[in-house]
Amino acid sequence: MKTESVLEKVLASGELAVTGECGPPRGALPDVVKEKAALLKGYVDAVNVTDNQTAMVRMSSFAASVFLRQMDLHPVFQMVTRDRNRLAMQGDIIGAYSHGINTMLCLSGDHPKFGDHAMAANVHDLDSMQLIQTVRGMRDEGLFQGGAEIKNPPKMFIGAAANPFADPFELRVARLAKKVKAGVDFVQTQCIYNIDKFETWMQGIRDRGLHEQVYIMAGITPMKSAGMARYMKNKVPGMDVPDELVKRMAGVPKDKQAQEGIDICIESIERLRQIEGVSGFHIMAIEWEEKVPEIVKRAGLYPRPQV
Amino acid sequence: MITAERKPLDEIMESINGCGRILLVGCNECVTVCAAGGRKEVALLASALQMASMKKGRTLDIRELTLERQCDPEYVEELTPHIDQADAVVSMACGCGVQEVARRFKKTPVYPALNTKFMGASEGPGIWAERCQGCGDCLLGLTGGICPIARCAKRLMNGPCGGSTNGKCEISNDVDCAWHLIWERMKELGIEDRYEDVIAAKDWRTGRGAGPRKILREDLV
Amino acid sequence: MEQFEPTIVAFCCHYCAYTAADMAGSMRLEYPPNVKIIRVPCSGRVDAIHIMKALEKGADGVLVAGCLEGDCHFKNGNVKALQRVTALQPFLEEIGIEGERVQMVNMSAGMGGRFAQIATEFTEKIRELGPNPAKTGASRLAAS
Repeated sequence: MKTESVLEKVLASGELAVTGECGPPRGALPDVVKEKAALLKGYVDAVNVTDNQTAMVRMSSFAASVFLRQMDLHPVFQMVTRDRNRLAMQGDIIGAYSHGINTMLCLSGDHPKFGDHAMAANVHDLDSMQLIQTVRGMRDEGLFQGGAEIKNPPKMFIGAAANPFADPFELRVARLAKKVKAGVDFVQTQCIYNIDKFETWMQGIRDRGLHEQVYIMAGITPMKSAGMARYMKNKVPGMDVPDELVKRMAGVPKDKQAQEGIDICIESIERLRQIEGVSGFHIMAIEWEEKVPEIVKRAGLYPRPQV
Repeated sequence: MITAERKPLDEIMESINGCGRILLVGCNECVTVCAAGGRKEVALLASALQMASMKKGRTLDIRELTLERQCDPEYVEELTPHIDQADAVVSMACGCGVQEVARRFKKTPVYPALNTKFMGASEGPGIWAERCQGCGDCLLGLTGGICPIARCAKRLMNGPCGGSTNGKCEISNDVDCAWHLIWERMKELGIEDRYEDVIAAKDWRTGRGAGPRKILREDLV
Repeated sequence: MEQFEPTIVAFCCHYCAYTAADMAGSMRLEYPPNVKIIRVPCSGRVDAIHIMKALEKGADGVLVAGCLEGDCHFKNGNVKALQRVTALQPFLEEIGIEGERVQMVNMSAGMGGRFAQIATEFTEKIRELGPNPAKTGASRLAAS
């Protein structure tokens, strides 16, 4: 074990790990965080806490992660390189670790143009790859990125995002290889709808033995409606939604579409768990957290292992 | 070259409000190339300012001059015989030139007529695009001659990010994904295997990070 | 009340527009004397500054007349002229002068009638628009 992370323990045990997601509110509303987290408790091994997602200001992922910790949940503290320089990031990392947060995800972050502060300076003192290297150095060498010693270094379980569906496809395996080289421990993929394409990517991963060097968690997002399916297909960069899926959602009456979305989700999990190299699932039921217990149970992933 | 664009005319007119004698100074280098502040643009702006003034029932005394460069004190010196007959200088140079004129002539206000934009190159007649951010530690040799700091919206040094779509950046279909371009170039150069070398965290001290920069060449002082 | 007589400057290219103007003359077609013709080798020779100076020195309207599209003697001089006129119009609006005071027109050498028609219509249009706002200001200055 590199860390005390519950997620690491579950992954290392060989059991399929499950993570959920909690998006903090756009205001000082601790109860909103606690309510969302309460819906997930017991059904997931860890909960991702997003960081100013889509470049909109939200309660910081650090603050929200602390609330989760206080509820005895295990946050995956997400950190984007867009908003802070390396001093602030390393300070937040040792701060978070001091609050018992031991799992994090290193990301670049959506461009400010998508959010509510398009006029903000786009920091990117480090990119996500360099952040992974930094955290790795803090953990394994006990040194800050600048070289000085850290008193009581943070033992962080280091994650990153992987997107098998972004362009160019031919680079997507090399990108994971690069993140592994930088020192990543686990990755969570973008939500998967095109399972064939995902399988192609996984084949490339296995050909290089990367599945043995990093834990790969498959991203899952249940669709609420045919409209959502269409939106994700056409408006979200880096997303691959097959036509059959949109048709299937649209072929069902509106009041039944949400349930159809959940059913598709379960079928996907069934298919994905058969793929060699998939170590778990990252369920992003954004603003639909109440469905996570049903998904986890029906997928045969409940109860969660006690590690 | 440094690119710039003319400020809106009402902004320029506002800045010289109350001045009757204007020294309008162009620059024969970068701003001439991007058609923003050369001899021609000086003549056009002078005519526009004059007509705007005439509309209000006034005429301006506008003296038009274009220096070889405004960023070298030797050329700025050429303004000396004219400076006392001006209430204000309007400079059509980039920010460097405006400041050099202001530094030399402390008693006369100097107003910029342009908004300086970026260091870039021409993509064709009438089109200039950002190419360099002056980071001070050029890594173009590692990225096939395409700069990720100037051309990637997130200045990623290990891109592309997950927003790259069809070779375009997530911010706009009009912006190429720099890392897509770099990858294609690496293939053309036969150096794809270098893609997996992680480019380590940048030392921004060579850039703006350590404060305003200066170059001192002892052999030329 | 004296009727306002606009001053129109027409830059006419030697190969087409000027020849058409000449033809209008030999056909005894009438067009207003307000139109002052300046012959240029090509409409593409006309730069923004020429138009600006014409307005500055008292013109109420400016025409740039070139060959028909595709027929420019110098290949694409008329295309460039149109680009320049189009770019100049918002520039004029910025200083409060109506962009429509400047217009690009095209004709062939034999179109004497078209020249006369354009000259007449444009003069009327400018008459309706009124004097060049820069001129009115300056004359107020002279009067005071």
